[in-house]
Amino acid sequence: MAAAAAARSSMGLTLRLSRVIPDCRSCPLYRFKGCLHSAAGSQRTGSLDSLRTISRHLQTSICLYQAEEGSSNAEDPDDVVNVVYIDRSGKRIPVKAKVGDNVLYLAHKHGVDLEGACEASLACSTCHVYVSASHFDKLPEPEEREDDMLDMAPMLQENSRLGCQIVLTPDLDGIELTMPKVTRNFYVDGHVPKPH
Amino acid sequence: MSSCRVLLSELKPWTLGKSKWTRGLLEGISWSGKTFLSTSSCPKVCVVGGGPAGFYTAQHLIKGRQDVEVDIYERLPVPFGLVRFGVAPDHPEVKNVINTFTQTAKHSRCSFFGNVNVGKDVTVDELQQAYHAVVLSYGAEGNRRMGVPGEDLPGVYSAKDFVGWYNGLPSCRELSPDLSCETAVILGQGNVALDVARILLSPLDILKKTDITQPALEALAESRVRKVLIVGRRGPMQVACTIKELREMGNLPGTRPEMVAADFEGVPEALKDLPRPRKRLTELLLKTALEAPGEKELERRGKATKVWGFRFYRSPTEILADPDHNRTAGIRLAVNRLEGSGERAQAVLTGEVEDVPCGLVISSIGYQSLPIDSTVPFDSRSAVVPNSVGRVHQAPGLYCSGWLKTGPTGVIATTLNNSFDTARSLLEDIDSGKLDVSVAKAGSQIVSSLLEERGVKAVTFSDWEKIDSLERRRGEACGKPREKLLTVEEMLKVART
Repeated sequence: MAAAAAARSSMGLTLRLSRVIPDCRSCPLYRFKGCLHSAAGSQRTGSLDSLRTISRHLQTSICLYQAEEGSSNAEDPDDVVNVVYIDRSGKRIPVKAKVGDNVLYLAHKHGVDLEGACEASLACSTCHVYVSASHFDKLPEPEEREDDMLDMAPMLQENSRLGCQIVLTPDLDGIELTMPKVTRNFYVDGHVPKPH
Repeated sequence: MSSCRVLLSELKPWTLGKSKWTRGLLEGISWSGKTFLSTSSCPKVCVVGGGPAGFYTAQHLIKGRQDVEVDIYERLPVPFGLVRFGVAPDHPEVKNVINTFTQTAKHSRCSFFGNVNVGKDVTVDELQQAYHAVVLSYGAEGNRRMGVPGEDLPGVYSAKDFVGWYNGLPSCRELSPDLSCETAVILGQGNVALDVARILLSPLDILKKTDITQPALEALAESRVRKVLIVGRRGPMQVACTIKELREMGNLPGTRPEMVAADFEGVPEALKDLPRPRKRLTELLLKTALEAPGEKELERRGKATKVWGFRFYRSPTEILADPDHNRTAGIRLAVNRLEGSGERAQAVLTGEVEDVPCGLVISSIGYQSLPIDSTVPFDSRSAVVPNSVGRVHQAPGLYCSGWLKTGPTGVIATTLNNSFDTARSLLEDIDSGKLDVSVAKAGSQIVSSLLEERGVKAVTFSDWEKIDSLERRRGEACGKPREKLLTVEEMLKVART
């Protein structure tokens, strides 16, 4: 996926999201109240509503493009979120991320094998991850659409979430995200068919 | 890497007379001592079928080894299979996966050959000679028949053909379904059945902004269908659809649900023991079917002009014809009861029947794979290629992925895992030596010359991009993501420009 992600970033057509919550401070739309997120007020508290609005407007918001340039100069220690991805073979991949980074696109950026077939539009379950117990409760509740897609994911567990819906906040520092090992066919209720 | 082949063949005659040392040098030992023009070839794999299974298998193979080259052969001039022809027009986000497939196709070690009919233009045997391994990923183009009298009457269609029709599959262009009746009966309660119901009942305002074909849009504009029944043999806890699609039906503008309360007896009590996905689905179904709606929902339902509902415990036994005109007038349904519970519950006939008047019957009881080449093992009972983790039984060098491997159920995520499994088996076999890649294979060079002899010209990925670009321009002109080309002839014409 790293090659794919690298190729993807060179395609002007597809969206690049290394951050879902952009740094609005430098965006002209925010300053002149032309942006719907400025109306919402907060930018990084990760309030449920603004997250929802952001994920819905993912495809159209101008803030998206601003996010690419904004805050890239910040190596601000308060901004750093340490993440560990654990891939299907059990290998630990530590990543130094930033507040506001999206777990799926962060994975792509670092060559972690997390597929995102529908590109964060809650239309698949290929970015399914298990969240470390100590951080799971710190995540905002999934919206109904995410739960619907999670239902389709094989080997669903109590600590399952979709990676494309996890946005890093300071209290998620140290979070560990494990890729489910499953690769067999599955059914809606999690039933695993006997080989025949 | 194909350049290394050409160079080698050119060097060979020249080296014959030289000393062993120079020959060794020329045959590919570079100054650093690392072979670059190696006599051991890069593994060449051929994938038959350019849909999600084919592309995901190719992606995983290319990622798994730096020397694997993959060629994808597809019968139609256009790639992407069911992502293009199966996914409903009002589910564009599901089609985002095309971006991933496009990257795979454009990878230096991947090539796409459209307009090549494997089994007819080139045999699987010939492919096995040309490649180290062949992966069959051609899916399920056939359809399970109901096997009842009247099945071939005008007005009866398979969901596969109906979906193909509104999605622009060239072979379904002439379907011209008759939408002049009031009631439509869909057999089957999976996601495809719900897609069909949704397309039949969606407001035109929604459909006209999708990539649904123009002829389908026009036909639906004239449609008189107002009531859609989605019929299943078993009960509410056995529906095969998933929650997202059920939620969409419940929220479909201009429609209201109408079901039979008695069908849900015993269901609320059974909820607590269900695994989460089935539990949430059943809860939503109960809510949609039985719960007294709140004020807002009541108002919405009051304004609805169209009705839909699940009907349970019913199996088709006959399609009834209009005595005066040769067309569908109704369907005879046998009444069932359930033996057992959960996924394994069986429908058992009670002897009762029920006739439902309707003018449109769409059977959505499953796709089915077909054998495309007599040399490939095929289990006609289960309609899959017999295999273990993608390795075809008794056929070394032959693999399968996607629906051909596991049967025609599952969404894109299922196919992703399934294809990665097959790719992993193949890569393991290369590593272990079970798959011998020491002898060079000519791959697409040989196949291209065979095709040329037979008058078949393949469509490359950049040819497809011309088609893609034209479709999107045409779509822009009418507010749609694309306006699809509807015939192979048109596609080839554009590809050749």
